[in-house]
Amino acid sequence: MSTAAETTTTDAERAAGTAEAADGFEPDRATLAAVLAPAERPPRPSPLTASTVFGWRAMLKIKHVPEQLFDVTVFPVMMTLMFTYLFGGALAGSTSEYLQFLLPGIMVMSVVMTTMYTGVAVNTDIAKGVFDRFRTLPVWRPSAMVGYLLGDMLRYALASVVILTLGLVLGYRPDGGPVGVTLAILLLVGFSFAFSWIWTMFGLLLRSEKSVMGISMMVIFPATFLSNIMVSPDTMPGWLQGFVDVNPVARLVAAVRGLMNGNVEAGQLLWVFVAAGVLIAVFGTLTMRLYNRK
Amino acid sequence: MSERRGELAIETSGLVKTFGELRAVDGVDLAVPTGTVYGVLGPNGAGKTTTVRMLATLLRPDGGEARVFGHDVLTEADRVRSLVSLTGQYASVDEDLTGAENLILLARLLGHRKPAARERAAALLEAFGLTAAADKQVKNYSGGMRRRVDIAASILNTPDLLFLDEPTTGLDPRSRNQVWDIVRAVVAQGTTVLLTTQYLDEADQLAGRIAVIDTGRVIAEGTPGQLKSSVGSGSVRVRLREADHREKARQVLATRLGTEVALDADPVSLSARVPADAGGGPAERAAAALGELAAAGIVVDDFSLGQPSLDEVFLALTGKPTQPARSADDPAGATETSDRERSADRKETVA
Repeated sequence: MSTAAETTTTDAERAAGTAEAADGFEPDRATLAAVLAPAERPPRPSPLTASTVFGWRAMLKIKHVPEQLFDVTVFPVMMTLMFTYLFGGALAGSTSEYLQFLLPGIMVMSVVMTTMYTGVAVNTDIAKGVFDRFRTLPVWRPSAMVGYLLGDMLRYALASVVILTLGLVLGYRPDGGPVGVTLAILLLVGFSFAFSWIWTMFGLLLRSEKSVMGISMMVIFPATFLSNIMVSPDTMPGWLQGFVDVNPVARLVAAVRGLMNGNVEAGQLLWVFVAAGVLIAVFGTLTMRLYNRK
Repeated sequence: MSERRGELAIETSGLVKTFGELRAVDGVDLAVPTGTVYGVLGPNGAGKTTTVRMLATLLRPDGGEARVFGHDVLTEADRVRSLVSLTGQYASVDEDLTGAENLILLARLLGHRKPAARERAAALLEAFGLTAAADKQVKNYSGGMRRRVDIAASILNTPDLLFLDEPTTGLDPRSRNQVWDIVRAVVAQGTTVLLTTQYLDEADQLAGRIAVIDTGRVIAEGTPGQLKSSVGSGSVRVRLREADHREKARQVLATRLGTEVALDADPVSLSARVPADAGGGPAERAAAALGELAAAGIVVDDFSLGQPSLDEVFLALTGKPTQPARSADDPAGATETSDRERSADRKETVA
């Protein structure tokens, strides 16, 4: 009996400072048998249910680690203020003029930049055993990945709203009205969902969080800066205009700007939809190949 | 589940997995009968985890065949997934979430509706002594609690086959016993359990049959009794009252046991391996030797007779010691598990 008492103290000592008070668990045969009795298994969940449950997991993680919302709250505010006051006077004569031009673009830039955290989240998860459990579940295979992205879409929406609010405070006035602005945010969040599949792929492909970050930067910086976000491409050299012209982020900016200014063209929207479809088809497929073979 | 009696839960033939140059699993044949605990025993890097991961559809075999209840792990992976559960070597639950959230999440993914999922989670937390910790994040759990919530997550739907990959590595003796009790309860309900372990006594306690794996191959298979008798030795350790008697005691033991006797670091103790031979089993021979010590006027304060250790099983089966040889001449082999192992070790120290 004395040994049992000793181990109890060790347990308690070990738990001191953690949530556990004392772990006096004695497995009870009858209780265990009762919970283990084979019961009828429920039918497997639909792809939608499985994906939303994984999305719920992302929400729970935000609840437990709210600091991770910094990148969609503080960061966008910084970006907006920085670029408005840095370039405003030089590029448009005044900061308020420039804000009219910049705001839709900086919104796209901030959100597209935060998409890369998806890859980091996927990568940190694989290193943990929980990923193995998800992969042995009899559910629709892409649901775990879709779940991450559903959680992230909330983050993207939050970032968009933060920037819009700040813009309105600083004097930005969208000619597209509430409808145009809402549609613009929906388009941005939807496109970011598609764009994020690039990161789920890298998250599964690369070995460490750092390499995921490194690659993400290498893709994101040219994709956002070499665009129509800060300046109109008119003064750029021809080859660069060529790049901006096919850069999906630039196309997205044009469509978002169009919606918020109330002068969107159908062609602009179509381009974004096609680009999003291609991104999902290519990177979604690659992601799932890696996921199944990991 | 009863119609499954007699059928094999797991059947593999010539299973191979290579990582670059290393053949981590090199032609493993297993036949695991339904409704039993089957132990896979071996040192780190032997290929235990890799084998389990292939059987659980997490890794694609590079050669050979593996069937779970007759379903091919490659071509019928989805069917296999609906029959098995895996509790990995490192917490297969989300440490950022609470115990209850983890179980509800997984119950939902297994198809339970929200109220049923909550109910099921609560019942399991209760049965596993985790009700008080239900709303705490798993990262704050002790090692034993973490293991329990992990196993609970594996039996949300009572699986036909449960993989437990080193379920007690790093646990204190009490938590280890709790896990053993749970494993016994699980198998009593008809679930087949495949358990990997580094400890012979664990396999001995739980498993009906054991396969010993080394460098990716099964080097012995049988019941725990068969395995131990194939090793045929135990170890005896004797502590004397007086250090002065040690040399004399060594001579007596060496003569009586017919084996080499080692002098331990402790100046009053000695130890020896006791082989079984014509003179009887290890216990019998050790008892006789102790009698002779008493007759020679040497006072023995304490003695213990141990089972053959995994090291001894290995030595007997392979003619080489377990750990150092493997990691020294095959550093690539160590990396397969060592990265994760290191992180697990780190966790242990934190906990």
